Formats: sequence, structure tokens, C-alpha cells
Amino acid sequence: MATSLSPSSTPLSPIQLSVLQRKRSSNLFAVAGIFSIAIALMTLIALVLQLFIQGFPKLNWQFLTSFADPEASLAGVLAALVGSCLVMLVTAATAVPVGIGAGLYLEEYIARNKFSALIEINVTNLAGVPSIVYGLLALGLFKYYFNLGESILTAGLTLALLVLPVVIVATREAIRAIPSSLREAAYAMGASKSQMVFDHLLPYAFGNILTGVIIGLSRAIGETAPLVTIGALTFIAFLPDSPIQSGFPFISFEWLKAPFTVLPIQMFNWVSRPEPEFQVNAAAAGIVLLSLTLMMNSIAIYLRYRIQKNLKW
Amino acid sequence: MINIDSTVSQAPPKVEVSNLNFYYGDKQAIKNVNLVLPKNKITALIGPSGCGKTTLLRCFNRMHDLYDGNRYEGEIVLDGQVNILSRRIDPIEVRMRVGMVFQRPNPFPKSIFENVAYGLRVRGEKNKSFIADKVEEALKASALWDEVNDRLKDMAFTLSGGQQQRLCIARALATDPELILFDEPTSALDPIATRNIEDLMDGLKKQVTILIVTHSMQQAARLSDYTAFMYLGEMLECDRTEVIFKQAAQLRTRDYVSGQFG
Repeated sequence: MATSLSPSSTPLSPIQLSVLQRKRSSNLFAVAGIFSIAIALMTLIALVLQLFIQGFPKLNWQFLTSFADPEASLAGVLAALVGSCLVMLVTAATAVPVGIGAGLYLEEYIARNKFSALIEINVTNLAGVPSIVYGLLALGLFKYYFNLGESILTAGLTLALLVLPVVIVATREAIRAIPSSLREAAYAMGASKSQMVFDHLLPYAFGNILTGVIIGLSRAIGETAPLVTIGALTFIAFLPDSPIQSGFPFISFEWLKAPFTVLPIQMFNWVSRPEPEFQVNAAAAGIVLLSLTLMMNSIAIYLRYRIQKNLKW
Repeated sequence: MINIDSTVSQAPPKVEVSNLNFYYGDKQAIKNVNLVLPKNKITALIGPSGCGKTTLLRCFNRMHDLYDGNRYEGEIVLDGQVNILSRRIDPIEVRMRVGMVFQRPNPFPKSIFENVAYGLRVRGEKNKSFIADKVEEALKASALWDEVNDRLKDMAFTLSGGQQQRLCIARALATDPELILFDEPTSALDPIATRNIEDLMDGLKKQVTILIVTHSMQQAARLSDYTAFMYLGEMLECDRTEVIFKQAAQLRTRDYVSGQFG
């Protein structure tokens, strides 16, 4: 029996031939796939490795706690690190509530007609607008019209504009993923629309919305162009006021008005200098920026895991 | 030949449907339906697929209001007082009086306790011991209490399919509805779970009026006091279940219940 099936003893039947041919093309595609992913991975690994080899020796406590300095060995990223964190804080605090609100409205409340279709197309397109264009908008709107200056607030709001479409799209997709049977179940219990939204849609969608928020923030934290446009400084030797004060009322918002720099701008500044020592500094700052992004992503993954574990339908 | 049960024929009406038409956009799905649901009885809606059974059922709690382009005509009067299709009546008010159990079990991804308590929370009930009492009462009425009383904080999806459907019944019962709509409640369940749900419904009619859509004629025959036969959006016949199954007036009804078509 076994010998009669072996290809050496008998010619292949038309069925076997067809199977063989189709399997061959499947395998060919798999090889092409492996090749594609190898290109992507190798590039990433090469980049990260290069960054680490160049910048790692420089990475120490002194580097993290020093201000920028004309002397490369004394220079550090303190102002840029604090600046990046504070700008992200403003960005998240504005883009998340506005983005979720807008996404929710578009998905659940808006009447379906030509006008709403137009809005939907444009919101999706907003995600593809080059960031420098947001920078120009912010320059006119926040800096000159609202007179917010070259401040952390201006920078945070600018990046919030950039992140907003991502949060809106993520919110809509997260809400759309919730089966209509759960909506109907809530309504059938006599829930009002707002009860349905706040008791069900938002809690169930939260994990996926969070992922969108983090993707948006990860993109924003590396942005340079729009912040250069609104006038970020490259040399700062002081920190903004602390948000927590020792005297009454203990919380201060003075830091919002402070001038700022952020990690990518600091990197760009160092890269553009002729001294090789500053190139090392730039690589080290790159590692700090990368770690910050990685940290945000891992927090998001953990939170999403915790939330999704309790969701099943 | 047929033993006419006088208590059945004298049951007072809980809901009266008169001249009901329903449209999905331009398409008329329900055509001039007249129907009476006797109080504390089970009425079954039967008929071939696509005949409008579920569409009719979803008129009773204004579920169609959730989607654009749907339109009702006619009246569904509750207790001889309120036309629940009236524009002045908010669908939320209707749904607070009329409960619903869906085709597939659809518990919320919350704890067993929270699922049953949800209707009370929606109504603004804050009294914790009252809620706990109501949850226990509803779970007992839906024959689930003994299986879940030691794990009320577990997520609802840890229950089996049949248990989930009984949880959905408990969820509907917790707010003391006057009418419960069942939309093919056992079609996603195995025979044993189906049996449990049917036994449960039979006991429930002491406290609530029931309208059930079923594609199973055996289920309608076993369970219901009254049976309504629908065909192409029209109500061809409605009578006591034994009349429909043994001497229906219309040929098409006789053909359907005897399995000639379906």
C-alpha cells in the first residue's frame, strides 16, 4: 500500500499533482513573508543596537540629572526629560477626554446623514495630516491668538491636536466592537442612553481605547517639527515650577506657562553639533526617549490585560 | 372532544393589540395584527421563518425605536389604560414595565450579582439590603440560586449557556415586570437546559404574563396556554393552544402545525 503511494513508483494522479502545486505556492509565499519580516526586524535591531553601543557608556545618573551644557561631558537631559513628561501630561489630559467624547458622539449620538458622513471622512483624514501643519495651526491659534506663549501648555495642546484623531478613531472602533446584543440588553432593562453609555459602552471599550491613547502618545512623544514651529527652546538650564507647593493652596499651575524643551529637540540639537562627544550624548538621549516610550507601552499592555481579562461576550 | 378549560377562557386581558402595522422604512413587516394576551398566561407566537414573529415581539417593548426608519401604526394597550406605542409614552417607561429575554444569552460582562441588580440600579435604587434581597428573590425564581449563591461575585460568563439564560431571566424578573417577552429563549441551548427553562416559565406565569416566540411547535404545544400563528406578517389565527394544534380553523395553520411546511 505504502509503496503504491510513493511518487517514485507510480506517476502522480491529477489530484496529487494539483495538491503538490498548490502546496508549493503556499510555501513560496511563506518564504516571502519570512523575508519581509526579516527586513523589518533587522532594521529595527540594527538601529537599537547602534543607539545602545554608541550611547550606553554615557548613560548614568549624572546624565539624567544635569542640564544642557556647552561642555559635552557635563551636559545632561534633565530639562528635556522633565519637559517631555510635562508636555505629555498636558497632551493626555486634553486629548483623552476630548477624543473619547468626540468618538462617542460620532459613534452613538450623531444622526446618520450626508453631513455626518463628511465629518467621519475628515476625522479619519486628520490622522494623516503632517505634523508640521499642526505646528503652523498651533503657532497661529495658541501662541498668537490665545497668547499662550512658547510654553508647556502650548506644546501640550499642539501635540493634543496631533493625537486627537488617533484617540477618536480608536474610541469609535472600540465601541463598534461591542456587540449590539449588549446594547439591547441594557436598553431592555430600561436604561437611558447615558446609562447605557456609562454603565456599558465606556467600561467595555476602555481597554481598546487605552491602546489607541498610548499609540497616539507614543507618536507624540517623538514629535519635533510642530514644537520647533511654536518655538521650543534648545537650551534650558532650569526646571519649571513644581506643581506641588509647600504653601497654600499646595497645587500650582505656574509650570504650564514655563518655557520648555523636549527629548527629541535636545537630540536634534546635539546631533547638529560638530563635536563627536555630542553625538554620544544624542544617542544616550535616544535611549532615554526609547525607554520612555517602552514604559508607556508596557503600562498600556498590562492595564489592557487586566481589563480584558474580565470582558467576554 | 376538546376539554375546554373555563379558567383559561375567562382570563382577563393584560395586553390588547389592535390594528398594529409596523414598517422597516418602506417595507411593511407587520400587517394589521389584532391580538389579546390574557393575564398570567403564556402566549406563544409561531410561524415560518421571516413571518414577523420577532418583529411583533419587539414592538411590545419598543425595541424598534433604537434604530432609525422604523414606524408603528395602531395600538398596544397595557391594562386597558396605556397605549405603549403612543408618542407621548417614552420607550424607557415601556421597558421598565415590560422585560425581555433574548435569543442568545446576553449577560453583561459583569458579576452575577451585578447582572441581576442592574435593573434596580438603573431605577436609582441605592438601598443595599433591598437590592440584595431582590437579587436573591430573582435568582430563586429563576431556579439559579442554589447553583450560584456561593459565587455571586464571579463573572457571568463563567456560567454555562443554560445558566446564563436563566441569569438573563433573573435579570428581567428583578424589577417585577408585568409582561416578559421571550425571543426563542432556548434556541441556543441543549435539550436539558431547554427543559429547565420551560419548567421555569411554567412556574413564572403565576406572577407575570408571558409572550414567547418559538420556532419549535413542540415547545409551543408543551408550554403555552394560547398560540398565535403568523404568516407573512399577518396574524392568521390565535386561539387556545389545544384548538390551534387539534382543530385550527385555517388550512394553512393546520398544514404548519402538522409539519406540512415551515
